Amino acid sequence: MGWLRRLRGSFSPTTSDLDDEVRFHLDARTDEYVRSGMTLDEARQAARRRFGSTALVGERTRDVDTFRWIHDFRRDAGYALRMLWRSPGFSILAILCLTLGIGANAAVFSWIEGILLRPYPLVVDQDRLFAVAGTNRGASGTHDVSWPDWLDLQRNSTLIESFIAEKITGTTLSIGDRAERAPGSMVSANYFDAIGVPPLLGRGFERGEDSGRGAHPVTVISYQMWQNRFHGDPAVLGKTQVLNGLPHTIVGVAPDGFYGTFVGYAFQFWVPASMQPQFDAGVYKLEDRGARWIEGYVRLKPGVTIEQAQAEMSAVASRLENDYPDTNRGRGIQLFPLWQTPFNGATSMLPALGVSLIVVIAVLLIACANVGNLLLVRAFARQQEMTIRLSIGAGRGRLVKQLLTEGVILSAFAGTGGLVVANWLRNALAVLTPPRGGVVLRFPGEIDWRVLVVSASVCLVSTLLFGLVPAMLTSRIDLAGALRSESCGLVGGRGKAWVRSTLVLVQMSLSFVLLVGAGLLIQTLQAVRNSSPGFSTQGVLTTGVDLFTAGYDTQRAKNFQDELIDRIQALGGVESVAFSRMAPFSYRSYSSAPIAVDGYDAPLDQQPTADYNEVGPGFLATMGIPLVAGREFTRADNETTPLVAVVDETMAAQFWRGADPVGRRVQVSGRWMQIVGVARTAKYRNLLETPRPFFYVPLRQNFSATTALEIRTAQGPAAIAPALVREIHALDANVAPSELITMREQVERTTASQRVSVTILVVFGGLALLLAAIGLYGVMASTVSQSARELALRMALGAGASDLLRLVLSKGLALTAGGVVLGAAAALELTRLMGYLLYKVSPRDPIAFGSAFVVITVAAAAACLVPAWRATRTDPLRALRG
Amino acid sequence: MLRRHRKPDALQGTLDLLVLTTLSRGPQHGYGIAGEIQTISDEVLRVEEGSLYPALHRMEHLGWITAGWQTTSNNRRARLYRITRAGQKRLDEEQAKWDRLTKAVGKVLRFA
Repeated sequence: MGWLRRLRGSFSPTTSDLDDEVRFHLDARTDEYVRSGMTLDEARQAARRRFGSTALVGERTRDVDTFRWIHDFRRDAGYALRMLWRSPGFSILAILCLTLGIGANAAVFSWIEGILLRPYPLVVDQDRLFAVAGTNRGASGTHDVSWPDWLDLQRNSTLIESFIAEKITGTTLSIGDRAERAPGSMVSANYFDAIGVPPLLGRGFERGEDSGRGAHPVTVISYQMWQNRFHGDPAVLGKTQVLNGLPHTIVGVAPDGFYGTFVGYAFQFWVPASMQPQFDAGVYKLEDRGARWIEGYVRLKPGVTIEQAQAEMSAVASRLENDYPDTNRGRGIQLFPLWQTPFNGATSMLPALGVSLIVVIAVLLIACANVGNLLLVRAFARQQEMTIRLSIGAGRGRLVKQLLTEGVILSAFAGTGGLVVANWLRNALAVLTPPRGGVVLRFPGEIDWRVLVVSASVCLVSTLLFGLVPAMLTSRIDLAGALRSESCGLVGGRGKAWVRSTLVLVQMSLSFVLLVGAGLLIQTLQAVRNSSPGFSTQGVLTTGVDLFTAGYDTQRAKNFQDELIDRIQALGGVESVAFSRMAPFSYRSYSSAPIAVDGYDAPLDQQPTADYNEVGPGFLATMGIPLVAGREFTRADNETTPLVAVVDETMAAQFWRGADPVGRRVQVSGRWMQIVGVARTAKYRNLLETPRPFFYVPLRQNFSATTALEIRTAQGPAAIAPALVREIHALDANVAPSELITMREQVERTTASQRVSVTILVVFGGLALLLAAIGLYGVMASTVSQSARELALRMALGAGASDLLRLVLSKGLALTAGGVVLGAAAALELTRLMGYLLYKVSPRDPIAFGSAFVVITVAAAAACLVPAWRATRTDPLRALRG
Repeated sequence: MLRRHRKPDALQGTLDLLVLTTLSRGPQHGYGIAGEIQTISDEVLRVEEGSLYPALHRMEHLGWITAGWQTTSNNRRARLYRITRAGQKRLDEEQAKWDRLTKAVGKVLRFA
């Protein structure tokens, strides 16, 4: 256990020990010499001479300690703290730079952790959790999975511990005059057991509760719903909550902090899959292999890789394809890591998070360069101190350690501050992302031990980055040279100035890259906003009226809808009004169906499908979607007349190949419909989607009581909302519309991801520029103060103020120009990587590059102006004499 | 990490041997060790005092010797060193090595 003693030894105050020891030695030797006949003074001198340099012995003795570094660290830490305390300006600036850099990084790590890597609080072993989606040969993208397929996958798998089926749904909860959507989920009975989240009160679902048509009206409610609607009533179990028009018995309350397993939303309730018809307008899908609606997860058995599980799933899927060719032709199954989950908000945030990560790393680098610069300035200011310590025998290693300690202390402060910043920024993404459909989105950052570890590593690496450079430079001090002179010139400045200039160069080029990126994304956002969705965004309002939840049967709902249309049509200023099952760009999903067309033969292993919207009379006119041919639906297209459909141009082109489809027919889920019109292709889900075949069917022939309402009017939402509520209440006081917004607003809400990216790039790009400007300022200021003599000499020899101003400015701007050239070269390469984020903007867009150049030049000139002005104020007499 | 030291050169090794031998006869302070080596070697070996203390501290950290403060007869505080079991073992090894070396050198000299 020698190391224990040595460890203890390293904490003991050995310095004073050694001093005492040496003093004893010298005293004893002096005594000896006195005894041999010398005088006391002679004896003392002789003893000292014989001993040699006590300082040298001290340094050498201290160097032998194995655990020296602990002792040194304590001493260096104390010393570093004193040094930091003595120059508060430097310390605050350095800590602030690093705090912002590390804080921004920790925040982005927390987003990545909370949204992509471990998105579901309280759910156990998320490393073994994978998302499951269906594929369709010959069609891009992913699809949902049918319930019978899901059960077959489950039965035939050996590598998977549990299958967790779910489907996002929702209900309308009325709160006063306003109806609000509450998101919820239909789940397999094993849900709460399989994810490892036991309910706080009551139970999860029991075996068998996920089978039988509407057989088990039970629900587990969220902690939030328990608190808000039931005021935390401990006797809530057994009470009922109306969900989509049917009372459900509350059997459990989920624990606080559990929001379900869907990135983006905080779920309010869970029902077993058997209740699916209640939430799908009465259509029973549990025994329909062709109805694909399940979005789920699998938990692999420990040690099983995703490749093995994928192979097994694919094998089962191809067996199902053989057994059920009618429904499963071309259908496969694909597993995804959680962060690539195709059916929730994770993928929509992926680009924004990617951009954020790159940007904050750049910001951190710039901050590190700044701190490195600051440390260098101080290292040179302390060159004499260092030189003296070296000359009395301190090891160079010791000096390096001393400087590194200062770096570690700085980053320890900054790391702590950074976590505070990260904690503030944790929910920034949710704040930047507007609610959709009245449902508040949830994009939380999670600060757990992994985030802490990664942040600490970033801290450590950055310390090494900016601490080591000055340390290495200082340790290579040329003793003789350093003692001779410490001034360096402005022109042809030798010595270590190049390091600092390089750091500034790097900062400037990084800032330039970020500015170009920000410019490109701003233009993309502009282009996205200016791109036409294919319908009017001006003068069209949208809201929702949920009669299903209000308990209406089909006939009453139809009557209500007809009467409401008449009443709103009669309001002043309303041009037209129409119902549709879904408003374009809403967060809900369109109906989708397998289709067949006379004369169009799909490849044998493929099953063509298309999305459609159920719309009322006058929908296309109200939305401003132009008709290319034929007519749109009227009130005459009802239950008693032949089935009709309107297809869009994309569908017409794909299935009729240029021929006019009007008058032809299309088979939708086995029902033949007559095509009466062709509509111009519009965007249906978001502005960036690629066109896919789409069609419309009359709401009356494909009825839904849960509908959106579109109103064409010149008035704003605020003006018309009271009248709308009045007319609805005149028909039924218990029905309330959801939020009334303009279609423009509706469209804007789908560009959240782009806006988040732009906001982050602009904010951090600005921060980077500020840090780089501070760096440039620091270098110029210290260059000016160090070359006071040279400036004075120039003045004495007749240089005017404007000459000096030009001299300093030109040096600063030369650095900037170098940075811009490097940055432009880097940006030309890097912006190509942004290709998939850009829309109608070239990665080499001259406007983005040009404005980045202007911004950086202005910032650089501003940063150089103060040192340049100070240079002109040099007092030649004083500078030359001093 | 703990055992990583600069490779001791021959001279240092000799000083270690001398110090350990001295201490194997009983506890001693630095001054005493220097004196004893000088006396016993009939004034031939004069210890470089500047090297002695670093060596003592190094050996202390290696666990070959321990140190403690004691008051001497004339009421001064002196740091007294003692050899440890690890130090004794080390001494034996060094002694054997030294004996082998001197014997070999002697043989060569005699042969020549």
